[in-house]
Amino acid sequence: MNTKGKVVGIIANLVTVKVDGPVSQNEICYIHTNEVKLMAEVIRISKENTYIQVFESTRGLKPGTEVVFTGHMLEATLGPGILSKIYDGLQHDLNKMEGVMLQKGDYTSALDDDKLWEFTPIAKEGDAVVAASWLGEVKENWMPHKIMVPFKLEGSYTVKSIVAKGEYKINDTIAVLLDADGNEIPVCMVQKWPVKLPIKSYSEKPRPFKLMETGVRVIDSLNPIVEGGTGFIPGPFGTGKTVLQHALSKQADADMIIVAACGERANEVVEIFAEFPELEDPRSGRKLMERTTIIANTSNMPVAAREASVYTAMTIAEYYRSMGLKILLLADSTSRWAQALREMSNRMEELPGPDAFPMDLPAIISNFYARAGFVFLNNGNSGSVTFVGTVSPAGGNLKEPVTESTKKAARCFYALSQERADRKRYPAIDAVDSYSKYIEYPELQDFIKENVSPEWVDNILLAKNILIKGREAYEQINILGDDGVPVDYHEEFWKSEVIDFVILQQDAFDKIDASSSIERQQYMMKKVLGVYHAKFNFETFEEVNPYFKRIINVCKQMNYSEFKSESFQKSEKELEEIISEKIMMN
Amino acid sequence: MGTTAFQKIHTKIEHITKATCSLRAEGVGYEEMASVDGRLAQVVKIEGDLITLQIFSGTEGISTDAEVIFLGHAPKLTVGEELSGRFFNAYGEPIDGGPDVDGKEIEIGGPSVNPVRREQPSELIATGIAGIDLNNTLVTGQKIPFFADPDQPFNQVMAMVALRAKADKIVLGGMGLTNDDYLFFKNVFENAGALDRITSFVNTTDDPPVERLLVPDMALTAAEYFAVEENKNVLVLLTDMTLYADALSIVSNRMDQIPSKDSMPGSLYSDLARLYEKAVQFPEGGSITIIAVTTLSGGDITHAIPDNTGYITEGQLFLRRDTDIGKVIIDPFRSLSRLKQLVIGKKTREDHPQVMNASIRLYADAANAKTKLENGFDLTDYDERTIKFAKNYSEKLLAIDINIDIDEMTNTAWDLLNSHFSVSEIGIKAELVEKYGNRNGN
Repeated sequence: MNTKGKVVGIIANLVTVKVDGPVSQNEICYIHTNEVKLMAEVIRISKENTYIQVFESTRGLKPGTEVVFTGHMLEATLGPGILSKIYDGLQHDLNKMEGVMLQKGDYTSALDDDKLWEFTPIAKEGDAVVAASWLGEVKENWMPHKIMVPFKLEGSYTVKSIVAKGEYKINDTIAVLLDADGNEIPVCMVQKWPVKLPIKSYSEKPRPFKLMETGVRVIDSLNPIVEGGTGFIPGPFGTGKTVLQHALSKQADADMIIVAACGERANEVVEIFAEFPELEDPRSGRKLMERTTIIANTSNMPVAAREASVYTAMTIAEYYRSMGLKILLLADSTSRWAQALREMSNRMEELPGPDAFPMDLPAIISNFYARAGFVFLNNGNSGSVTFVGTVSPAGGNLKEPVTESTKKAARCFYALSQERADRKRYPAIDAVDSYSKYIEYPELQDFIKENVSPEWVDNILLAKNILIKGREAYEQINILGDDGVPVDYHEEFWKSEVIDFVILQQDAFDKIDASSSIERQQYMMKKVLGVYHAKFNFETFEEVNPYFKRIINVCKQMNYSEFKSESFQKSEKELEEIISEKIMMN
Repeated sequence: MGTTAFQKIHTKIEHITKATCSLRAEGVGYEEMASVDGRLAQVVKIEGDLITLQIFSGTEGISTDAEVIFLGHAPKLTVGEELSGRFFNAYGEPIDGGPDVDGKEIEIGGPSVNPVRREQPSELIATGIAGIDLNNTLVTGQKIPFFADPDQPFNQVMAMVALRAKADKIVLGGMGLTNDDYLFFKNVFENAGALDRITSFVNTTDDPPVERLLVPDMALTAAEYFAVEENKNVLVLLTDMTLYADALSIVSNRMDQIPSKDSMPGSLYSDLARLYEKAVQFPEGGSITIIAVTTLSGGDITHAIPDNTGYITEGQLFLRRDTDIGKVIIDPFRSLSRLKQLVIGKKTREDHPQVMNASIRLYADAANAKTKLENGFDLTDYDERTIKFAKNYSEKLLAIDINIDIDEMTNTAWDLLNSHFSVSEIGIKAELVEKYGNRNGN
């Protein structure tokens, strides 16, 4: 018997309900108006009053309206068919909704109930299984989608029966499990999981150690991220957060990409689903949309669902991780989610923390980032959820609560700089202020030495040093004047500019330059470090600027050419000629 | 809005504040409209049978026995073809002496467009202003504000853009317009012979500030009617959104809400996004493009209003007076059109993006050179060339009185680049230099 209640108060989307039975915190309920059912979540209980946040506009809602509680928290529906879907924040399929406008209470199902999937069993009768054990597999697009023992099942079970290879619908029973007491538990291909709770059905979560290739030079070559790592991108508006995230979603070496567009512009999401069905994944040769799932809760969609959207996305990521896959989860932007929390906390008249955000904001953020990670599954396979979130700091001030809380939680920091953006130096990541804590991990250093190159880590440190020295030289030149400093200063500055123009800057809109393989990045890094190590012979400072501009120009032509193609080699030869003009022989 | 039969009249108001009054009533819906002694009001809070009403024009002179009638619906606008060429107040009532509009009534602030039903914007809006078309190209379905100081000629530039943009319909939402500005718009549109495709919703400085809150929704509801029902390309002009946000903060303050940054309500981002996100390209061909004005105080873009706006809109346009040429220009550094990537080099010539970037980069070098000069250092030959280039560039391309087509702008940029710099200084892809860069055959 479900608990019921009646609406007694309304302020925007915060509704007060008098209930006739037990309710639990975060329980989902529906408000039954004459026309539609509105979904809502319990966010506070105080004596006879239950406060719920409605995931819709409450316009026209009247006191006395009936509310029915469901007895469960907000859950994600997990099963084959999630890939390539476009969901709202509560995992309703946006494509199934009718009409151009979003109608209140139009809740569509997350999966396709009637679709047949080719199921191949993995487990056999008599096998001992636990939650998340692989029972079988279906092909979802091209990905092996594992059908698992539901995560909610505790303890161990025995497979009593499992269906033969063949076509099944998601709600067909594909296996029957026996618990310790001999009770039969039928299992189908779909299961539910409360989004606010992490899925922990794995054996171990070690420190991440595998480099994750993103194709973005300023990340891979200077501040690398790892499989199962966390990173965040704070930046004032107009500095290219979204372009950078889109670049990651197109190029990163992951099996699946989940994009949570949380409280951001609708046209940006449109860009993804207009382009991704056309663009090819450089690794698999398939269309990008085949490996992508989008959670779109844009800024004009209900505010309360923003918070839900990031949790829904994370839960889907954890689900696929349990299949032994590499997942990259991108959330743009976590600040909007924090603002949604603030709006609600404000309406509930809670005592505010800094900038009127709720006091527990840092805890909420760090708990969320902690759900990412590299894991070893119970069957020895591994999977990962890499999480990169953007932060939109109010007024571009990195001392605001959301940025500060995120800085404590994320291990990679990609600082977008207004100054670089103003000078159109994209991506506008400040390579010196940014950091990746992972380079300090011996596990990662060993991995890179073995799989990439022995000098990669040293090169990162050297390149950063050159950039810092270049910046210092530039400041000196600005203070003392061009001719007030030794010519060396100019040389030092321009050598750092070579790194800036050739490695850091990358044209996200050029077909070739947009993505750079690790091999290519290494090759170019060697080239520019070669320029750095060369000792040049300049008489006056006036020679320095035009000389290095020529170097930069040919290196950029190399970046624009297919790797090791004819035109690439032509520019490379030109570069060597330019270098030999001025190099000092010893 | 007169009284009709069967409407219950309440006459017992319990609380009155500067902007709200509360009374006991049953069966009232959230956000429902009411009339309090003839003044329009809206339900903002329901606690059991205690209803709080926000009275748009203020509570001055309201007595505890004022007549309160609930109207049973959210704020509405009557839409129809007759909206064109008309002027309305914030409630959608004619202020031009004309008759009421004949058509259907729809609630303002209606539902949002399903993101998957949106079309990717792809139609360029040509304005003839190179600072916009060349460097910050606008696209139908885009939303973009002018960030301007109050003394800058933003309304003039906006009117110019609106008239040149060749939109089917123009909807003006004026919030806190001075009477002079209101008459300015009216005259400019009239003189251009464009009045018949323009609908205006105007709240002037004479009107109560809280009424402004209705203006953008009215304007956007009219725009949605034209774009959805008639598949028109609609351009919505909203000026000045800073005054709209100020009105939001007045209301939130009177509702005892905890203010966040700069005394603005914590929901400012969502409140603004709800409006700006009405900009859309529909698959059937209609579109809504929003050009707004956000006035700044002392050029400060870190203030909560421009800051939140910048995160919502698809770029921003800055006006600046260039003292070298004595004209107002579109600032190439701080201005940005995010959607330009969808059209430049695609709907325009392929060399457009690189020419644009190279020019701006060299213009930035000129700014550095000027700083050097101000600090009393000698300039190199390169520095001097950048300064010359910057002046020409401002004069021939950035000034807002330019009116040429985009190919001509790109050609002008090539000419300027070639006459001041070598190929390696320009740094454009060799292929493009060959194809477009040798305009004088050298």
